[in-house]
Amino acid sequence: MTRAVIRDSLPKEQRSVAVVDMSANLAGLEMTSPILTASGCAAAGRELDQFFDITELGAVVTKSIMLEPRSGRPTPRMAETPSGMLNSIGLQGPGIASFVERDLVWLHQRGARTVVSIAGDSVEDYAKLAKILRMHEGVDAIEVNISCPNVADRGKVFACEANSASAVVQAVRRNTDSRIPIFAKLSPDVTDITSIAIACVRAGADGLSVINTLLGMVIDTDTMKPALAGVTGGLSGPAIRPVAVRCVWQIRQALPDVPILGMGGIRTGLDALQFILAGANAVSVGTVVFNDPTAPMRVHRELSEALASKGFRSLAEAVSYAHRSGDEIIVNEAEAPSDGDGADQDLDQM
Amino acid sequence: MPNQYRGDVVSVRRAGSYFVLTLTAGAMAETARPGHFVALAIGGEESGLLLRRAFSIHGVQQRGVFGGTVDVVVSPHGAGTRWLAQRHRGDTVDIVGPLGRPFSLPRDPVSCALVGGGYGSAPLFMLAEQLRARGCRVDMVLGAANEDKLFGVLEAKRMASTVTITTDDGSAGVRGRVTDGLAKVMASHGTEVVYACGPMGMLAAVAQMATETGVYSQCAVEESMACGIGVCMTCVLPVIGDDGVTRMVRSCVDGPVFRGDTVRWADVGTVPPDTLGAPGVLGAPGGNR
Ligand SMILES: Cc1cc2nc3c(=O)[nH]c(=O)nc-3n(C[C@H](O)[C@H](O)[C@H](O)COP(=O)(O)O)c2cc1C
Ligand code: FES
Repeated sequence: MTRAVIRDSLPKEQRSVAVVDMSANLAGLEMTSPILTASGCAAAGRELDQFFDITELGAVVTKSIMLEPRSGRPTPRMAETPSGMLNSIGLQGPGIASFVERDLVWLHQRGARTVVSIAGDSVEDYAKLAKILRMHEGVDAIEVNISCPNVADRGKVFACEANSASAVVQAVRRNTDSRIPIFAKLSPDVTDITSIAIACVRAGADGLSVINTLLGMVIDTDTMKPALAGVTGGLSGPAIRPVAVRCVWQIRQALPDVPILGMGGIRTGLDALQFILAGANAVSVGTVVFNDPTAPMRVHRELSEALASKGFRSLAEAVSYAHRSGDEIIVNEAEAPSDGDGADQDLDQM
Repeated sequence: MPNQYRGDVVSVRRAGSYFVLTLTAGAMAETARPGHFVALAIGGEESGLLLRRAFSIHGVQQRGVFGGTVDVVVSPHGAGTRWLAQRHRGDTVDIVGPLGRPFSLPRDPVSCALVGGGYGSAPLFMLAEQLRARGCRVDMVLGAANEDKLFGVLEAKRMASTVTITTDDGSAGVRGRVTDGLAKVMASHGTEVVYACGPMGMLAAVAQMATETGVYSQCAVEESMACGIGVCMTCVLPVIGDDGVTRMVRSCVDGPVFRGDTVRWADVGTVPPDTLGAPGVLGAPGGNR
């Protein structure tokens, strides 16, 4: 009955929107929206807050922060590619001390849910970062960016070796309050992403962020040299979406219950829906923010509309829906005959 | 405060090698100041060209028939700028702006030289107008590779006390570089502030000339930008802060206008070893990617 009242008061195109429960839960992190920003694509929220109310996001995921200030790589740091881009920022940032003092405090006062992304050169770095964060308010979850070279292992990326990935996750888990969920952010540049996912979960990750960028390269045909000063860079944007959806799907099959934050090229509500159906519990919008600074809000709206039009009452119902066995079909309310709810029926005929 | 606006193309007109686009821009037209820029999305909502292109604001009309409008100057040299140049009246272009830190204007009626390289002169006319309104003397120096690549010569002649034109091939004005012209202007008109916009090499030369002669300079840089709003860290260059420390600074939010004597021009495109957080001898350069 309540539902009919809500629907009645809205213009036709919005009626169905009001009925979808968009709340999401990532390993205990309760959010009113399943749409988050992606690390490195939203700084620490301040800039985007000029374009929309960042407290309406599921959470702000901050740029990966390291122990010390870091200048990053020389320019050019980016190259546009078909439906995407390459970046080679080199984790430029102010260091954890400045971050907690300026950015974390601001986010907390602003009332935004915050997922702090951390990055290090060694297992000890990650442990120290976790210890520092433990002393501060306003950390709702930690995302562990393990797509960093391990200095002790000749620069091999932590995320590419189950052992180093687990060592990092374990160090962060040990030094973090048990009420704060930690997410391991996986790299798709591996032979078998599920084995890394399983290793991270065994090491204490409460959830997984899937995926980071893919290593790529562009050669400038005018200069006949690599386009990026850093030679190689991370590929992101819609170009990588099928890879990302595949990764989410495989991990969901291997780990039916692990919370997954999906990302990689999400541009529209239907893109987000693919991730949800593949098994993501929530999603991050990254590169597309550069194209459309209000994209997270738009994607939220479009996803909610898409879920409604497919007859889902909640986002949670749609999570992993694509994994159902062949003959199950969803009762599509929009097309199904009304269950006797007179108000609904009248509206549909208008 | 920037905002996002679905602009309509009011007109596209050719100017030498360039195109001047006039777009409806709502309130942006009122808040825009000389040196601000806009970031335009390319190719509509499903475009495979994701990154916005940045353009300094050439002019604004606050309350015309179309409400507020902004003008930008487009040099069609890549897929994105070509798409913009091919727009027609009534097409939609998504605009974010006004962005960045604008030129700062002197409090006193000082003598100013405005230097533009190629279409880099675009923001200088709005600036000239406001400087003139404050009683400043305005001399303009416009330079380009050839006559076709000069922008705004007529406008400059209407606004400035003197206009000096230089081209690399001598097809217009004096054969040579803008700095040759600038040196003469500075000597004859007692220039106290130099404003410049154009390619990095030109800015470096102009800033050096100003600094060496003890003249204050402001340069609007053109770094390649992925977001234009300060969230991606692609647009950085080494800048010396008030504390004497060099940092890799975002040109989209901390610029595009910088004091000429704070940018480490010779080091643009590198991370000087004394930059805050620069990799140590043993340091790894960090991930992502
Ligand atoms: C410019 C840029 C900077 C990034 N920086 C980080 C980072 O600091 N830490 C991280 O974990 N991921 C970083 N990423 C990866 C994104 O968070 C995201 O995983 C990836 O780009 C895929 O999503 P997208 O296609 O929506 O951007 C960065 C991506 C871009 C484009
Ligand atoms: S262009 Fe993205 S931070 Fe400047």
